[in-house]
Amino acid sequence: MEQNLLYALELTGQGMGGIFVGMALIAIVTAILGKLTSKKK
Amino acid sequence: MEFLFDGVLAITWQQCVMYAVGGLLIWLAVKKDFEPALLLPMGFGAILVNLPFSGVLTQEVANIGEATGIIQWLFEVGIEASEAMPLLLFIGIGAMIDFGPLLANPKMFLFGAAAQFGIFMAVIVAVLLGFDLVDAASIGIIGAADGPTSILVSQVLKSNYIGPIAVAAYSYMALVPIVQPFAIKLVTTKKERRIRMEYRQTGVSKTARILFPIIVTAIAGLIAPTSVALVGFLMFGNLLRECGVLDKLSETAQNSLANLITLLLGITISFSMKADQFVNVNTLLIMGIGLVAFVFDSIGGVLFAKLLNLIFPKKKINPMVGAAGISAFPMSARVIQKMGLKEDPQNHLLMHAVCANVSGQIASVLAGGMILNLVPKMLG
Repeated sequence: MEQNLLYALELTGQGMGGIFVGMALIAIVTAILGKLTSKKK
Repeated sequence: MEFLFDGVLAITWQQCVMYAVGGLLIWLAVKKDFEPALLLPMGFGAILVNLPFSGVLTQEVANIGEATGIIQWLFEVGIEASEAMPLLLFIGIGAMIDFGPLLANPKMFLFGAAAQFGIFMAVIVAVLLGFDLVDAASIGIIGAADGPTSILVSQVLKSNYIGPIAVAAYSYMALVPIVQPFAIKLVTTKKERRIRMEYRQTGVSKTARILFPIIVTAIAGLIAPTSVALVGFLMFGNLLRECGVLDKLSETAQNSLANLITLLLGITISFSMKADQFVNVNTLLIMGIGLVAFVFDSIGGVLFAKLLNLIFPKKKINPMVGAAGISAFPMSARVIQKMGLKEDPQNHLLMHAVCANVSGQIASVLAGGMILNLVPKMLG
C-alpha cells in the first residue's frame, strides 16, 4: 500500500500540474487569438 | 413443467439486491428527476442483466452452443472494444457547448483546472482504503463530474468497478445542488460569498470560435496524447457548431446523436452491474469516495479563487465561482448563481459561473487524459 500511496501522491502532483499547465496554455493562446482576431475586425 | 421454476430457483440474494438497486435508480430518475436519461436505462438494465440465465447476456445453451446476448454485445462492441459510445457522446456534448463567454474571459480556464482537485484526493483516499492504483485512479475520475469520461477511463484502465463508478458519477452529478452548497460553506465566510463581480460582455470573433477547438485539441494532444480521443471528439462537436456551414450536422449531434447514444449508453453500462460484480463492500466504498471527490472538487475551486484574491486583492473574485469549475454543466453554474442571490439579491454570478463551468468541461477530459497517460507509465 505504501508504494501505491507514493504513486497516488506522484499522480496528484503530476496530474494537477499537467492540468494547470494545459489549461494555462489554452488560456494564453485563447487570449492571444482573441486579441489578433479582434484587431482584424 | 419443472423448467418453469428454473429461473425462480436460481435467483440469489445478491440478484435481489440488484433488483432493489435497479428499482432505486428508476425511482430516482422518475420521482426525483436525477439524471433520468442515464439512471432510468441503467436501473432497468440492472434488472435485465440480473435475471437468472438472462438472454441479454451471452449464454451457453445446452446442445445448441453460444447464444449472444444483446447487452453484452453492446458492451463489448460499443464500450470495451473501442470506447465508441462515450466518445460519440462527446461529439454531441461539444456541439451543445457555447465556449463564447469563456473565450471572452480566458483567465477563467484556470478554475476548470483547480476544480479537478477532487479526482486526486479521491485517488489518495481509495489507495488508503486498499484499492490498487489502477482501480483507485478509475474511482478518482468520478471527480471529473463527467459520466462519459468516468466510463472511458475506467474501461481503458480495465478497472474491476466500471458499474459502481458509472452509478456514482451520474448519481453525484445529479446531487450537485446538495453537495456543492455544503462543500462551499465549509470553506467560505458569508462575507466572501457576498463578493460582487462585474461582468462586461465582449464579443468574440467567428475566427476565434472556429480556431479554438482546433487549438485546444492540438495543445491537449501534445501535453497528454491519450486525451486526444476525448478532447478531439468534444472539440469536433464544437467545431461543427461554430463553423457555420454544418448547422444540420450540429443539430443532429446535439439532439439525435446525443439522445441515441445516451439511450444506449445507460442500458449498455448495466452489463457491469451484474450482482456478482456489484454487490460487495467495495461498491459502498466507491460511493463514499465519489462523495469525497465531489466535495474536494468544490473545495479545490474555492481555495484557488481565494488564493487569487490574496495575490490580486484589487479585483476580487467571489470564491464560490471557483466551485463551478467542475464539469457538471449547467447544474453547477446554476447552484452558484442561486447561492450568490441568496447571500445578496443583487449579486449576479451566473455568467462568471458559466465560464468556470464550461472550462471544467475541457479540464475534466484533460484530467482523464492525464490519468490515462500517467498511470500506465507509473506501473510500467
